[in-house]
Amino acid sequence: MADTGVLETLLQRVEKVDDGVDSLDVATSLGVDHQVIVGAVKSLQALGDVISAELRSSKHWELTEEGTEIAEQGSHESRVFSCIPLEGLAQSELMKLPFGKIGFSKAMSNKWIRVDKAHEGGPRIFRTVESIEDQVREKLFLVQKGNILLFSLTVKSYWITKGNSFSTTITKQETELTPEMIASGNWKEKKFKPYNFEAMGVAPDCGHLHPLMKVRTQFRQIFLEMGFTEMPTNNFIESSFWNFDSLFQPQQHPARDQHDTFFLSDPAHAHQFPQDYLERVKKVHSEGGYGSQGYKYDWKIEEAQKNILRTHTTAVSARMLYKLAQQKFTPVKYFSIDRVFRNETLDATHLAEFHQIEGVVADYGLTLGDLMGVLHQFFTKLGITKLRFKPAYNPYTEPSMEVFSYHEGLKKWVEVGNSGVFRPEMLLPMGLPEGVSVIAWGLSLERPTMIKYGINNIRELVGHKVNLQMVYDSPICRLDS
Amino acid sequence: MPTVGVKRDLLFKALGRSYTDEEFDELCFEFGLELDEITSEKEIISREQGDTKASGASDVILYKIDVPANRYDLLCLEGLVRGLQVFKNKLEAPQYKRVSPLSGEPQKLIITKETEAVRPHAVAAVLRNITFTQERYDSFIELQEKLHQNICRKRSLVAIGTHDLDTISGPFTYTAKPPGDISFKPLNQTKEYTATQLMSLYKTDSHLRHYLHIIEDKPVYPVIYDSNGVVLSMPPIINGDHSKISLKTKNVFIECTATDQTKAKTVLDMMVTMFSEYCAQPFTVEEAEVVYPDGKTCIYPELAYRKEKLSSKFINQKVGINESTEKIAQLLTRMCLLSQATGVGDEIEVEIPPTRSDVIHACDIMEDAAIAYGFNNITRTTPRTYTVANQFPLNKLTELLRQDLAAAGFTEALNFALCSQEDIADKLGKKISEMRAVHISNPKTAEFQVARTTLLPGLLKTIAANRKMPLPLKLFEISDVVLKDETKDVGARNSRRFCAVYYNKSPGFEVIHGLLDRTMQLLEVKPARGEGYHIQTADDSTYFPGRCADIFVRGKNVGRLGVLHPDVINRFELTMPCSALEMDIEPFLGHTAETPLTHDVPMKEVIKHRFPTRDESQQSAHSRPTSTKTVFGDVSTQVGLEALSDFLADKSYIEGFVASQADMIVFDAIPSPPSPTLCHLWRWYNHIKSFQTDRARLPSAKSRYVLPATPPATPNDASDEEDIDLFGSDDEAESAEAARIKEQRLAEYAAKKSKKPALVAKSSILLDVKPWDDETDMSKLEECVRSVSMDGLLWGQSKLVPVGYGIKKLQIGCVVEDDKVGTDMLEEAITAFEEYVQSVDVAAFNKI
Repeated sequence: MADTGVLETLLQRVEKVDDGVDSLDVATSLGVDHQVIVGAVKSLQALGDVISAELRSSKHWELTEEGTEIAEQGSHESRVFSCIPLEGLAQSELMKLPFGKIGFSKAMSNKWIRVDKAHEGGPRIFRTVESIEDQVREKLFLVQKGNILLFSLTVKSYWITKGNSFSTTITKQETELTPEMIASGNWKEKKFKPYNFEAMGVAPDCGHLHPLMKVRTQFRQIFLEMGFTEMPTNNFIESSFWNFDSLFQPQQHPARDQHDTFFLSDPAHAHQFPQDYLERVKKVHSEGGYGSQGYKYDWKIEEAQKNILRTHTTAVSARMLYKLAQQKFTPVKYFSIDRVFRNETLDATHLAEFHQIEGVVADYGLTLGDLMGVLHQFFTKLGITKLRFKPAYNPYTEPSMEVFSYHEGLKKWVEVGNSGVFRPEMLLPMGLPEGVSVIAWGLSLERPTMIKYGINNIRELVGHKVNLQMVYDSPICRLDS
Repeated sequence: MPTVGVKRDLLFKALGRSYTDEEFDELCFEFGLELDEITSEKEIISREQGDTKASGASDVILYKIDVPANRYDLLCLEGLVRGLQVFKNKLEAPQYKRVSPLSGEPQKLIITKETEAVRPHAVAAVLRNITFTQERYDSFIELQEKLHQNICRKRSLVAIGTHDLDTISGPFTYTAKPPGDISFKPLNQTKEYTATQLMSLYKTDSHLRHYLHIIEDKPVYPVIYDSNGVVLSMPPIINGDHSKISLKTKNVFIECTATDQTKAKTVLDMMVTMFSEYCAQPFTVEEAEVVYPDGKTCIYPELAYRKEKLSSKFINQKVGINESTEKIAQLLTRMCLLSQATGVGDEIEVEIPPTRSDVIHACDIMEDAAIAYGFNNITRTTPRTYTVANQFPLNKLTELLRQDLAAAGFTEALNFALCSQEDIADKLGKKISEMRAVHISNPKTAEFQVARTTLLPGLLKTIAANRKMPLPLKLFEISDVVLKDETKDVGARNSRRFCAVYYNKSPGFEVIHGLLDRTMQLLEVKPARGEGYHIQTADDSTYFPGRCADIFVRGKNVGRLGVLHPDVINRFELTMPCSALEMDIEPFLGHTAETPLTHDVPMKEVIKHRFPTRDESQQSAHSRPTSTKTVFGDVSTQVGLEALSDFLADKSYIEGFVASQADMIVFDAIPSPPSPTLCHLWRWYNHIKSFQTDRARLPSAKSRYVLPATPPATPNDASDEEDIDLFGSDDEAESAEAARIKEQRLAEYAAKKSKKPALVAKSSILLDVKPWDDETDMSKLEECVRSVSMDGLLWGQSKLVPVGYGIKKLQIGCVVEDDKVGTDMLEEAITAFEEYVQSVDVAAFNKI
């Protein structure tokens, strides 16, 4: 805080006048540096509405040192002119003067003086005119030529007037309310230093949920709202039988290649299958049945036994549907969101493992229109209302549809998921009744999350290379807004 | 998904019009294709090899089109154009024909038994008088390549060889020889090589080296010779140079050798159906004879057309549309499945051409109908499936815990389930052999060697990657690890873990310990020995000696916590002390009232489905003595059985596309299993036998097939089902109220019937009243019909039933007293309204 003396003096000055004072004038009249008065103004402002101060700025031109000298003693050339007596002056003499050299050439070009080079005793200088004119014009001329004899100065000053709670005495401000003040009640008399509401607050000391998991929570919520039961997908290791064969995916299918699927060396094989069902699966692949021609190839148990890291959660759906067929059929709606694994080439949007979201409905007489209706409801809950469907191919669904939504930002249709009706060759060998249709769809959890949180590189989201600052900063997840 | 590149202008020329990119994209979308990229050869080369290499390349615009993986008939320009033109109704699908050569003797391919050891199957065909242009030739080569990459599974299942027939002479021999004994000049080489030399020559060939492994280790290699000993090819590697085709080639001999016979036939069919277009006789293919080692012969290509019958109701119901039988037949025809209504009910006969090997079930036909109808024209409906949602208890617990752990100041991490052996063993100071870890056999990098057995390494790696963040770092994760478990069908199981770490300038054991206390509080476990939880010193090489404890809950060890060993900290490239906690959370699941779902399946089936053992089917077969007289004749006689067998030659079932009571009735009529010589009947009989235990669930028969042994006593019983129709409704959207009324009326009806008071003889009649056209005012029509009043006539419920082309008929029920009202009187009275009524038919007539 500035010296209290200055503060009080300033306040007294302000009190005396009605329309206010300029801080610059106060400084001059008090004979103190202007900065002292500015400090006092700031201190008074901090006290509340004691004074009001309006910032003003004015521009002054001030002479430089050289300019000042000229202003006092005349320009160099005029001084040269005036020091030359009628009989002239030796050039060497003139050059000894401090202004000699610079004034000489100027005076020469002004034709005020002349040099007699042939004069005995060296060159001599004589006046050529009786008198010379107007120094101010000379100075201006010099300024124009760029000889900076002047510099500009912006002076900021305050126009100080009385504030609403003006007083000439100063009370000290409190920074915070204290228990003592509350107890004694003296907070009523105190003045409190105002808060700076422009500053950020202190970050709360807390933990944070991972954004991908926040999105997972929302998807779970959506499925639960729609009456879907969560499937037990806590089995990353699956046999090829449940992952592929039971889904009527032929054993030569490219997805079963070493390049696409992680196979296990230990435990390399599954050792237990529902034998009756396995026989029916074998038959429908190799010979057909249930109205199907089958794939007509030599189905091998060895392929089915191979253990893998599941490539889709549909393997669990297959288990669930098989179990459903082992009891009196009741309609079901199932969902799951869990990890799946692909031995694929990795890039900015593909990892070897990702989360698959899957929904399945099994009931009598479900139609393709029903599937599109359910998808419409599901995506509406994600805030996606413009949908269209493209015919596609998938070994275990027929019809199969790719789901596209219109992306307002990209101004084009983008694929948002895959869907279809499970083939009879998959359902009937399980023992599901003939009239039962099973519709299903799937999408990845990572993609909507990356879009939602504006993340371009999947490694910043999933895995140990995650950017924790991003985790700390990520907002809550509302998918429909 | 295979991608086919076609020249845009060539495509448009063949399609007979040009499209904007957007229009063509739209057409693709509708048909199930995807216009993936619009590019040019120049652009592709410049992208892959740089601008300098691309300077001379063509800048003709190429469309890269993604084709569904099962549509081999769309893998070339010819097929794409044919598919799209038929789809747009601009072309009728061609009929592919196999013909005998003019000379009479077909080309022969003789397979020797040696091929069994390496590649046992082969098929062949001839394209006669073909005219190649540069474009056609390129497409011909490109299709082979596409087929090789897709259905042929990189030549392992099938390999195609095409030869200039005029340079070679049959019969051809497909045999297998030791590699040293095979010697020929391969395609585009200048000298002869032995097979052994070839294999080493092609080791460095960027294209061919991928196929060497298919035969490399075999004792003999497959090879095809002509009658003069000229080598046609050494499948699946390379053709001979001698017989190579060129633009001038007129007659092409195509052979496909295979390890999969079905696929070989399909591939051959694709090659010849696509390119027979350019033969002098378009779409005809000259047959070739294949002689098997056992002397049997077969004529190829098969070019088999299969006929399937299905009902339009099936398609309407599965798709969720309501189209007439004729309309659906038209839709299917647009998908190259030539179809027509047979006139028998709503039956459609569908012809599946040899190009559509993807159609293997009625559902494939149904999908094509839906595509032709337009997926996006189908009304979106909401299924009325009523279910109650349940959370998986373990996930529910996880969700609840996560929230509170974040509230306790820890931040959630999410790490990979796969990692290196080092991560879970060496770096933690453990031996991999002790880890019960699941090992991956084909990892591309060390990051995917094993499934994690602990969450700790992931969290430590997360800290290492975020060392710039302000301290302390407090992280947690709740997720699954994988452990070997012999008791599971796959030999492994997941285990849900909770792991947390605290990383700061001081170890902060008290922080981690505090988190354990908080977690136990959340899980309602009190700190106490015995029934509560406690921790107890433990030895673990991951942790600093004396700073590690086991967590016991209700006497059971569920996890561990402690200060990490400095070596572990160093190995994870960390610099600060760190304390950690990891425990199982499955022991805290508790019990739920509802039985939670598990992914364990029963290994023995408790309920018997329609998949009986042989004994059972025989029992049920003779449990129903019935008449042997059927519409096919008396099936107790050979003549009757033969007639039935002929009937079944091109049908899977007696009626339509699925097994029904019609099959059961005819099955029951056959006194004993037929002889395998009646092959169609035998196939059908065995198939139907498999439905026996579940026969009651099969749909009812539409027609009568078995004639009673004695003349029918009363007509009443036979018409039971039609009674139901009077009050019933086919409409899927029938309300619960209507269902209730139906039930009630049925019950009333049944009650009436059982009492049979028969005071007044009454009949219930269902009339079909057809209007003149779709503009007839149906409500007016109904008004007219109901205006007919007679003594003893009571009008009942009515409904409008679509007939097709927007026309609907009125189906109206009435009850009449037999003595007072006759059907002819009714018909006469209604047809009198000739302004509205075209015809009146009695749909059902039942005595009450």
